[in-house]
Amino acid sequence: MHRALRRIEAVNHRFWDFGPPLGSFSRKRGCALMGQIFRPRANSFARIALLALFLVILLPFGIGFALVRSPYLTGVDDVPRQPVPFSHQHHVSGLGIDCRYCHDSVEHAAFAGMPPTETCMTCHSQIWTDAAMLEPVRESWRTGKPLRWTRVYDLPDFVYFNHAVHVSHGIGCTTCHGPVGRMPLTRQATPLFMSWCLDCHRAPEKYVRPREHVFDPDWTPPRDQLVQGRQLVHEYGIRVGKLTDCSQCHR
Amino acid sequence: MRPAKRGFRRLSILLGMLVPLLLCGCERDMADQPKYEPLEAAAIFPNDQSARPLVEGTVARDAVLEPRPERSPLPMTEAVLKRGRERYDIYCSPCHGRTGDGEGMIPERGFPRPPSYHSDRLRNAPDSHYYDVITEGFGIMFSYANRVAPEDRWAIVAYIRALQLSQHATRDDVREAGLEDKLREAK
Ligand code: HEC
Ligand code: HEC
Ligand code: HEC
Ligand code: HEC
Ligand code: HEC
Ligand code: HEC
Repeated sequence: MHRALRRIEAVNHRFWDFGPPLGSFSRKRGCALMGQIFRPRANSFARIALLALFLVILLPFGIGFALVRSPYLTGVDDVPRQPVPFSHQHHVSGLGIDCRYCHDSVEHAAFAGMPPTETCMTCHSQIWTDAAMLEPVRESWRTGKPLRWTRVYDLPDFVYFNHAVHVSHGIGCTTCHGPVGRMPLTRQATPLFMSWCLDCHRAPEKYVRPREHVFDPDWTPPRDQLVQGRQLVHEYGIRVGKLTDCSQCHR
Repeated sequence: MRPAKRGFRRLSILLGMLVPLLLCGCERDMADQPKYEPLEAAAIFPNDQSARPLVEGTVARDAVLEPRPERSPLPMTEAVLKRGRERYDIYCSPCHGRTGDGEGMIPERGFPRPPSYHSDRLRNAPDSHYYDVITEGFGIMFSYANRVAPEDRWAIVAYIRALQLSQHATRDDVREAGLEDKLREAK
């Protein structure tokens, strides 16, 4: 009996050192004897209060992180206003036009290339020639003033990116840009975080596909992607260890 | 001063110095540097174009200066044909169709129908005719010179020749290629 009480005292002492130890009495009696300020319930209050304090300190960080990762700040799913409501769904899925018909430097340059007015006019000089929504295209053709598309994807200038390298190593458009061929208006599909780039640079076998499917807007990974991916990584000579060097992207 | 109070003061000075340092992280000046990304707008140039159009008469450093030959300078290898097919499918097939019969997707939507490559006139046209059509355009067809490099133009010509052969192959051609079984299967 005496020993058990001593143990309680020790425990009390270790955790809530609010006053002098209670002595070897039961707690109720202890109160009466020593004019104790805190009731036993205070223990729970103190715990809750500490927890609350902790949360209040963490909350701004939590909100901060959530905000930074939210579509509101990353622009994911944003559909910027464009001078012409151009539809990839119509032109890519509907008409079967290859990405390279319009984004013609994507295979051999850092910049993917945006179609000049002339490219639209190869078809729209003959069809839909009086559609009102194509008036900006015709005006641009008449005056020589370029169409001003709003960027959907935009990395900060301190990051170097190169389309040709990715395309020639078997990374497909839809891995980074989502199902463009099914978008009536182009929206941003990926956040462009550094961690997003690194996720693939650490383990490209999760995403790499055969070169002949790079431009395929409907490609889906096979069941054994990891096995095939590893083979392709080897075949295309992807330098996995090197791809996380800071100087690859910040040069 | 009591030690506790002094400690508190030191702590707040330290924090006061650290917090502005942390706030520096919010400054993202380098995210938009004073340089032009490709095709970025620039108020100081005509039409607000930072990408300046080439001066008339510019010759590319690696341009071929000899006049283009009458016949394709490329050998008819499998690699050339593959390249030709790829380029043809990207740039020509929307209108001329995968087999070159002029039944592409775009004519189906109301674009004037281009002629079939399998007519006698076009089958007898020299290689250079196709090359010139790609370079300069033809009638209502626009030029594709800015998107199809000279080498690729010859590859496309090679592939069109193969398409023309394929549509006029005889039984003997099939036997020579050892594909009779396939033909029977297809039937
Ligand atoms: C008929 C021409 C055409 C074809 C074919 C085409 N695009 Fe586009 N693409 C455009 C135009 C015009 C824009 C600019 C307007 C917009 O953002 O919707 C654009 C914008 C984009 C953008 C956003 C660029 C940015 O950051 O502003 C991406 C990504 C893109 N295209 C990917 C593709 C992919 C992938 C394919 C093939 C599956 C493809 N495009 C096929 C004409 C085309
Ligand atoms: C290879 C031919 C081709 C090219 C190149 C092309 N278009 Fe089209 N476009 C079409 C056809 C065909 C239609 C009609 C679609 C239909 O009937 O389903 C169309 C329809 C449209 C429409 C209206 C229909 C809709 O709902 O989207 C717009 C707007 C348009 N195109 C914009 C553009 C712009 C801008 C470009 C240049 C970047 C462009 N097109 C390049 C063939 C083309
Ligand atoms: C590894 C990821 C990745 C792949 C694969 C990829 N892109 Fe991009 N794309 C990006 C990023 C990141 C940007 C923004 C570049 C910038 O801001 O400098 C971009 C921008 C673009 C743009 C706007 C113009 C430009 O270059 O800034 C177009 C158009 C485009 N991509 C089309 C394509 C097409 C077509 C393909 C397939 C052949 C493709 N992309 C494959 C990541 C990718
Ligand atoms: C889905 C996979 C994937 C994603 C996402 C990806 N990359 Fe890559 N990246 C690769 C592969 C594969 C290579 C080729 C490696 C090689 O050359 O061996 C590469 C190479 C590069 C290189 C090297 C270019 C050179 O000249 O050597 C740069 C720079 C780069 N990536 C930047 C980026 C940036 C920036 C992002 C994010 C916006 C990104 N990548 C997202 C797969 C990816
Ligand atoms: C695969 C490409 C890639 C590699 C490798 C890479 N980064 Fe980044 N980094 C990025 C991208 C993309 C961003 C922009 C992220 C954004 O805008 O949210 C970025 C942003 C940053 C930023 C934030 C700058 C700011 O003001 O927000 C820092 C710091 C940074 N990187 C440091 C590093 C360091 C250190 C390394 C090496 C360990 C490294 N990066 C390797 C792609 C890369
Ligand atoms: C936007 C649709 C379109 C595309 C894409 C297109 N053409 Fe044409 N092409 C036409 C039309 C229409 C004609 C008929 C022009 C006329 O008679 O006014 C034509 C005519 C031709 C002719 C026949 C010239 C003659 O002597 O009658 C050739 C050869 C030709 N194209 C080759 C090509 C090649 C090679 C490509 C790919 C690089 C291509 N075309 C892409 C629409 C197209």
